[in-house]
Amino acid sequence: MTPMALITQLLQIVSALAAAPLFIGWVNQCRAWLGNRSAPSVWLPYRSLRKLFHKEAVIAEGASPLFRVTPYVVFGAMTLAAAIIPSMGTRLPLTLAADAIALVGLLATARVFQSLAAIDIGTAFGTLGARREMMVGFLAEPALLMVIFVASLISATTALPAIAESLATRSFGLYPSLAFTAVAFTMVLLAENARIPIDNPATHLELTMIHEAQLLEYSARHLALMEWAAALKLFNYACIGFALFVPWGVSTRAGGPAALFASIPLLALKLMVAGAALAVIETVSAKLRVFRAPEFLGFAFVFAVLGLLVHLLLGA
Amino acid sequence: MPLAAWFARSQPQAGAPGLRALGVGAEEWRSVMRDVQRASGRLLALWASRDAQSDTVHALVLAGSQGLHITLALREPQASYPGIEDLFPAAARLQRALRDLSGVDAVDPDRRPWLRHACWPQGYRPLIDAPVPPPATAVVDQYEFVRVGGEGVHEIAVGPVHAGTIEPGHFRFSVVGEKVLRLEERLGYTHKGIEQHFARLPILTGHRLAARICGDSTVAYSWAYVQALEAMAAVEVPRRSTWLRALCLELERLANHLGDLGALGNDAGFAFGLSQFSRLKELLLRATQAALGSRYLMDVIVPGGTHCDLADPGAAQLAQCVRMLAAATAQLRTIYDEHEGLRDRFAGAGTVTPDLAARLGLIGLAGRASGQRFDVRVDLPCGPYPDLAPVTCARLEGDVAARVAVRFDEVQESCRLIHEILANLPGGMHRAAMAVPPAGATGIGLIEGWRGPVMLALQAGEAGAIHRCHPHDPSWQNWPVIEHAIIGNIVPDFPLINKSFNLAYSGHDL
Repeated sequence: MTPMALITQLLQIVSALAAAPLFIGWVNQCRAWLGNRSAPSVWLPYRSLRKLFHKEAVIAEGASPLFRVTPYVVFGAMTLAAAIIPSMGTRLPLTLAADAIALVGLLATARVFQSLAAIDIGTAFGTLGARREMMVGFLAEPALLMVIFVASLISATTALPAIAESLATRSFGLYPSLAFTAVAFTMVLLAENARIPIDNPATHLELTMIHEAQLLEYSARHLALMEWAAALKLFNYACIGFALFVPWGVSTRAGGPAALFASIPLLALKLMVAGAALAVIETVSAKLRVFRAPEFLGFAFVFAVLGLLVHLLLGA
Repeated sequence: MPLAAWFARSQPQAGAPGLRALGVGAEEWRSVMRDVQRASGRLLALWASRDAQSDTVHALVLAGSQGLHITLALREPQASYPGIEDLFPAAARLQRALRDLSGVDAVDPDRRPWLRHACWPQGYRPLIDAPVPPPATAVVDQYEFVRVGGEGVHEIAVGPVHAGTIEPGHFRFSVVGEKVLRLEERLGYTHKGIEQHFARLPILTGHRLAARICGDSTVAYSWAYVQALEAMAAVEVPRRSTWLRALCLELERLANHLGDLGALGNDAGFAFGLSQFSRLKELLLRATQAALGSRYLMDVIVPGGTHCDLADPGAAQLAQCVRMLAAATAQLRTIYDEHEGLRDRFAGAGTVTPDLAARLGLIGLAGRASGQRFDVRVDLPCGPYPDLAPVTCARLEGDVAARVAVRFDEVQESCRLIHEILANLPGGMHRAAMAVPPAGATGIGLIEGWRGPVMLALQAGEAGAIHRCHPHDPSWQNWPVIEHAIIGNIVPDFPLINKSFNLAYSGHDL
């Protein structure tokens, strides 16, 4: 392990942890602007986290240790995921341990724990949310895997940094297969991160919630970790998207410290554009009926499969 | 007996135009109700009063184009009377509330309390008995919900404390997966003893409490109160004041519809609608304040007329604002209609067919969206409404989309009425001197609030006191219909369906 690799790895983890709430703040700000409202500060998510960390934690009666452990597991899983997604550099020592398929498994682990914890306390809303989360999850995961397979076929590897490096360094060409999978990936991102049209992150109506319903019984530091993990998840998904579809600018194996530091403003720029695009999608759509979510994710899967077919048939 | 025979027996009733009074005996109670029901009549309200140790059950029904105030004097105190739940399903909860508050007992099978939540002992009658100290130890509130059996059926209990800052109500869903098999509501959490409090007020200031029964219908309630009071005291109010009252009523309707249309968009995940309609509503409220001195028009209507007059810079601003609102709402309607996601959420959700609506007695805005063409402004018009000739806005589909469409139509209609009123406002005084009504006089006010017909029955006591005042909100009729509207829908659609009715808690629980 070279010192450069270590620095890249540490920088990536720290910046993901630090920047994830800012990304959420940016999306919220864009949403407010697009809705003709005066926007909250981009720093608001940090203030909420600080507030939550200073509160006294209350645990539901009859909650098992699973309920207490889950915030740490989910937060840990998202941090580990941030470590193996090449957001800034591809020289990541930790990726030897986990490829893109393991990454999907890591995200699934977080989901399983979160749902189990929601069921654990035995409230109607938690169970409702967990059930819906599993429904979204089992449809979104195959689509996500299929997206990754297309990129893997193009670059002949399942290691995410290698995919990003391969896509970033080859001569520029149009890949119709990647265009299809990009659409599929965007749909999976919306569903997996509880955004409109699948879920509404701003709602207070318990009966319509998916993600929020599972967090209703959490408070203080537990809630802060869950919120932070949700922000990290969105950040991670954005970075997976960049690695697969706009990999230019990440510092490659050949790059030195200069390339690594040059990748930081570029990542910020990509996140700003992605956040604004997410806000546009959320503003122009209404929330789907829960039972239309399978249709939505079915389309995502079909798009990913189309990408795969296009790649196999056209070789592009 | 045909309905005409009952009307032949009836007396004129002071209060809203087109009302008659009819006293019946216990053996006639059900037959008059059956005749009203056969003639496609509606139950508008049911309440009880007590004079000199004898109880009277009152009902206000709509039969044909006339209202009939039917009274049933019970021979002995605490006697039971024949129930009419089978004829008018809306009567079920009203009869239970009568038992809780006045101690008169219908012989229908559902004997569970409705407004009594173990806050006062069983058998204690808050409207009759002297106040008692609260029980020393908290009593556990036991309420039997109807259980649904079968494989995979489970219950979801929602409320009375909700995740948002909204009024309290308990909803018990029996579901299979996401599909709702049954919904049972429990209300009464905001019971404040308003009827008892009325009896402690002088009759000439009671309109202030009436204005506070249900904040979003403050104009409708205060107008219903003064309508009853002025008829009892035989005071002729100046024409200008009735036109001003109609202006207030339409402004209230407009503000509520704009707020609801935004909230309905938001509940379907379309926050753009909320911000746009909130902006329009705020502009209207500001113009209202500039013109009439109050944003929500609380206490603008007073006995004898209106508290303030309408002067020109404010009136012109109001006209301009309403003109802008009509145009902006028409534009937003196009956006709502053409938005694929919204259309998908609204259409077919929470359907109440016209047949079901007629059977259950759905009234007001929600009723008109299910083909129940009843509007007090059209069918029993008071004040300037005969001159204004309002149009009933109705639909037949009975789903959320229909309730949204009726709101959009009524916004345009109210804008038109406001322009008519502002253009043709008669001159003269806006307030007349008020007299105290004689003891024992009764009056009934009936006003079409934005939600539906608001009724207020008033009975004068000795020396300018209130003997009995009973306000009735259209939510009483419409809450039970939501239980039917949700059947077969999915759980996450409930908030949207509930919002499309947007019924009152405070006005219902009293």
